[in-house]
Formats: sequence, structure tokens, C-alpha cells
Amino acid sequence: MTQYRSKKRFFLACASLLALQIGLAEAASANTVLHGLFMSQAGYSEADVRAMTAAYVKMHPDVTVDLEFVPYESLHDKILLSKGSANGYDVVLYDVIWPAEFATKHILQDVSDRITPDMKSGIEPGAWTTVTYKDREYGLPWLLDSKFLYYNKAILAKAGITAVPTTWPEVIADSKIIKDKGILQYPIAWSWSQAEALICDYAVLLNAYGGQFVDSAGAPAFQTGGGLDALTFMVDSLKSGVSNPHSTEYLEEDVRRVFSAGQAAFALNWSYMWALANNNPKESKIVGQVGVEPAPGVPGKSTISSVNGAMGLGIPTASKNAAAAWDYITYLTSQKVEDAYTADAIPMWKSSFEEPALMNGPLGPMAKAMETTQTQLFPRPFVPNYPQFSAALQTNIQQSLLGKAEPAAALKAAADTITGD
Amino acid sequence: MLGRRSLFLLLPLFAGLAAVIGWPLLQTVWLSFTDAQLGDATGNFVGLANYAHAFRSHGFRHALGVTITFSLSTVAIEMVLGLLVGLLLDLPLRGRGILRAILIIPWALPTVINAMAWRVIYNPDFGALNALLTQTHIIGAYRSWLGDPGLALASIAGADIWKTFPFVALVTLAGLQNVPRELKEAAYIDGAGPWMRFKTVILPAIATPLMIAAVLRIIDTIKVFDIIWVMTRGGPANATKSLSIMVYEQAFSFGNAGYGAAIALLSVAISVVLIGGYMRATRAQTASA
Repeated sequence: MTQYRSKKRFFLACASLLALQIGLAEAASANTVLHGLFMSQAGYSEADVRAMTAAYVKMHPDVTVDLEFVPYESLHDKILLSKGSANGYDVVLYDVIWPAEFATKHILQDVSDRITPDMKSGIEPGAWTTVTYKDREYGLPWLLDSKFLYYNKAILAKAGITAVPTTWPEVIADSKIIKDKGILQYPIAWSWSQAEALICDYAVLLNAYGGQFVDSAGAPAFQTGGGLDALTFMVDSLKSGVSNPHSTEYLEEDVRRVFSAGQAAFALNWSYMWALANNNPKESKIVGQVGVEPAPGVPGKSTISSVNGAMGLGIPTASKNAAAAWDYITYLTSQKVEDAYTADAIPMWKSSFEEPALMNGPLGPMAKAMETTQTQLFPRPFVPNYPQFSAALQTNIQQSLLGKAEPAAALKAAADTITGD
Repeated sequence: MLGRRSLFLLLPLFAGLAAVIGWPLLQTVWLSFTDAQLGDATGNFVGLANYAHAFRSHGFRHALGVTITFSLSTVAIEMVLGLLVGLLLDLPLRGRGILRAILIIPWALPTVINAMAWRVIYNPDFGALNALLTQTHIIGAYRSWLGDPGLALASIAGADIWKTFPFVALVTLAGLQNVPRELKEAAYIDGAGPWMRFKTVILPAIATPLMIAAVLRIIDTIKVFDIIWVMTRGGPANATKSLSIMVYEQAFSFGNAGYGAAIALLSVAISVVLIGGYMRATRAQTASA
């Protein structure tokens, strides 16, 4: 009898467990699971995105967000490949240079109708170029960024330079003083590796010299005028020994390490370098010595220069959770969230620049440089075949930087490759 | 009857292989005859146009040159170095067991970790190699090993050789275990010198395993991707862009799935030709020995 009872109890327990499991499974199926693809370098850190997401999920218990972080170099290809995936992403972080390609290949959803007037008027105009192609929006901008001129105040003071250079020729002249006085062998560090980083640096200089990547018909236009002047400037700065020749191997992180070690007087880099180089003693030997300004201009052509390095959040066309994904995106991009995470990225909302906590806080100099720059963020070309366009330019610009081709010949070769001649 | 039964029992294996290898291979072959784009599987049939485009393209010829240079140089050095180290570790040295264990470490490292470690060693500003060579006055100033087109491929080859010569050494050691001690002693008593003993007694015993090692290494180096991707991504100025990097760039970055498939198949064909040539040469050499 006792044996019978214990068997009965055992079966009852099993049945209860089964029922509980079915109940849990049903509860889980009522949940919306969002798959998000983010980047694990620059901008908001992985920890930031996880914290933002945790706060969002706490407010939306029916939503689960699976996060995946990849290096920037893998982001484009992951988004492209996920189109054919049965279990793709619902939210993807993407770069300003990809909307044309993603729109024409139907990889991202057109979300123009979801955007509210408050978003339109509240977000800086420069940020909108990140997500716009042919007057339609393919997501919401999230990160506002450009490359800025960083300088080491202690090195400038040692060289007797009292005014921060405001033009590129002045940067070269000051670098020559620093070099001639034997303070540094190579005063300027750039990210001129065969990568998108090189195109971003080139874009800043092309913008400074008044050039353009493509003409109104979309054909290459960088091989003459400002585009040619920009490359000539780069090559000359290597020949004169003021630019670090190792720059042809550097990505932005290499530039940050060299600058943060006190081995460069000037460096061109994204906004993320400010907090690490000037405020973080674990990452920098020059804490408190860093200055930052908008990238300089060229007399008679420009007063400042920039490159649009903003990033946006979009919803892939294959997502079955577009409404939930949009809600999550609007939370991440909201001013409240962006204002709470200013340590790694400057907010893109106009009124954030009026916040004394931001402008007078540890990020103040960076925020001021951003405030000036964001009104004229210079875009890289909006062409559907941007990866080919960029690859052709990278290879040929490097040929010239490495002394294997004259600037004019290198840029002509790049243009010929792009047009298929 | 037994043969039929064996075939029947092997059917699941064949079905698995056909699904996992055969079908994707056929799809790749088909893709290479189309202008398919990534994410848009319905490409148009273009015949041999992708192959013709590859042979006309300077980029393909350059990547082919980079791949063959990398493959032949690394495999040749790995074979010689591995053979010498294998022979050395077969000698009755003190601590031989520890040395053999240490030898496995580079081989056991994942390629990506090895590539990242060597990137740090080659770093133009903080790298150990620059420090070593300047402090020993071999070079005057720090150099950009991965940023100079004349040095980048050789630098990557160095990292690859460091990782994979132990594989050849281990294969050599394994082969040497098959040489009967009596045979070595007989050759010694008969007055054969070291070279003659190596040529007539040792080499025939290790030739086959070495050939297999070389074939495997040729296949590996022709399809080299990860070590280059981590160290230079094909730069500077395409100096290290191998065929596999080109396939990745065309198929995944540019979305040209058809053209990418054609280059991938051409690189397989090159592997087959090189392996065939090597096997023929080695067989002829073994037969004449």
C-alpha cells in the first residue's frame, strides 16, 4: 500500500512538473525575443549597451533582448549575410556609409512613417544623414561622431607653441618645430592602415581642401581639386617626416595608444579617444594634458573640417518583430538614455548641448568641439557600391603613401577601378 | 553479398557527405556560372564570364601571386626546419621529453591567437621584435613590419612558420620511430656516413609521412585566410591579399557571390595542381632512391 502511494505521488509530481513546463513554455512563447547586433568598439561600450538594455527589459517584462557584439570590421558583412538567415536580427547598428547599399538591397526597413516630428526637430540635422537615403529614413541615428584634432598641451608648451593650430598648414608648421627641437621624431599620428579608417582621415582632409568624393552624377570626383590636394598633403607630411610613417599600419586604436603614450603631439581620431586619453589614468600617460578641437581647415577653403562618423539603429526587412524592435530603438536613442551615458559618446539631441553637466563636465571640451563640428558633418559618398568604392580608394591611397605611385596617378587608378575602366 | 551489405551500411555516411559536402560544392559550382549577388540567390547564368573576368583581372593575378609565394615559401621552410628539428629531437638528448612537449605548444595555439600575439610582437612602436633588433644593433630604428609592403608578407610567413613547423617535426619524429634500430646499426657498421645513412635508411622511412604533411600544408596555405585577416586584412596596398581574402571581399563585402565562387574554385584547382605535382615528384624520388 505504501509502495502504491509513493508511486502515485511520484506520478503526480511528474505530471505537475510537466504542467509547469508547458505553462512556462507558453509564457515564454508569449514573450517577444529581439535579436540585436551591436559593435564592441568605440561609441557606447558593450557594458553601456547591456545596461541600457537591462533597464529597457525591466520596463518591458514581456520582451527579451539577445545581444551580440562584433568588431566594427565584421558589422557590415554580418548584417548583409543575416538577410538569408532564418533567425536573423531585429535591431542592427550600422554605419553612416551603408544606408544606400542596405536600402537598394532591401536589407533595412523603411521607417520614415514611424519617425515623429519631435524626433525630427530634436535630433541634430547632421545625424539624420546617417539613416537617410533618397529622402527616406532606414532607422534612427544613435551615435553622433566625427574625427577631431587632438593635441598634447605639454609637448606644445615644451616646443614654445602658444596658440593651438587652426589650419592644417599650421599643424604641419608646428610639427616641424617639435621635430626640429628634437622633442618627438614623428609629431603626428594617423590611422592610415588599409581600412575604412584611412578613408575617414582622407575624408577630413578632402573636406578641408574643399574637394568632393563624387560629382552630382555620382561619378568619382576625388582625383582632381581638393581630393588630389588632400592626398598630396598626406604624402608630403610623410616625406617631410612630421607624420609617423607607421601610420600606414595604424587603426584608430593604434593612434590612441601612441598618442596616450605621449609619442605624438597631434592625432586625428574619433570622439571616444577624449575620455580615454585625457581622463583615464589606466589607459593614458598624459591624463589632463590633452586638448581637442574641431579638425582644422585650410586657408581660403574651409575653417574646420570633419567626417560624418555617426551610426544608426535599423530594423532588417526579415524581422518579424518590427514594432517591438522600433520601441527598443526609440528607447536606446532617447535623449534621456543618451544623456545618462555621455562617458563614451556625445548625445545627438540638440538640447543636450545646453546641459551644463555635459558642457562643463569632464567631457566639456569634447562636447564643445562636437557642438561646432556637428553643424557640418562631411559625408562619405552615398553610393550603393560603397564597399567597392572604399576598397579601391584604400588600396590606391596606400600605394601613394608608401611611395609606389604619385598622388594623381593613384587617385586616377582608384577612379578607373570604381568606374570599371 | 557482404559487399552489398557493407555498401548498404555505408549509405548513411554517403548521404551525410553528399548533404554536407556534395550539395554545397555543387551549389558553389553553379554559383560560379552566375552573376548572383549575396542575399539574392537568383542570379543569371553567365557561363564562364566570371572565370574569364578573373583571368583578365589584375587583382586576381596579384592575389594568385601572393598566395603561391606565401604557400611555397612557408611550406618549404616549414619542411626543412621541421625535418631538422625532428631529427634533433630523435637524438638521445637529456630533457628530450620536455622539448618534445614544448614543441607542441605553437602548433596547439589557435591561429587567431597566434596571429594576435605576432601582431603585438611586430608592433611598430611597442613590439618585442623591434626592441630586440635595435638593442642588438641589427637595425637602427623601429620598423613597421606589417605596414611595409616589402616586409608584410614575409612577416606573416614568419608567424605561420613558427606555428606550423612543429607539425612537420612531429610527423618526422613519428616516421623515425618506424626505422628499425638494427638497420641504423647495420648501416653504421658498414661504414655509411651521416648523409648516406640519412639518404638510404632514414629518408625512405619518413618520405611518405613527410609527403602527407607537405600536402596538408599546401592545402592549408593555399586557402590561408585567418592569419592574414587578423594581421593585415590584406594590406598594406594589397601586399598580403591572398585568394581567400579576395574571395571573402568579393563574396561577402561586395556581395558578388558568383564571382567570389569562381575565385574560390580556381583556388581549389590551384591546390589540386600543386598537390598533384608534388606527389608525382615525391613518388618518382622515392622510387629512384
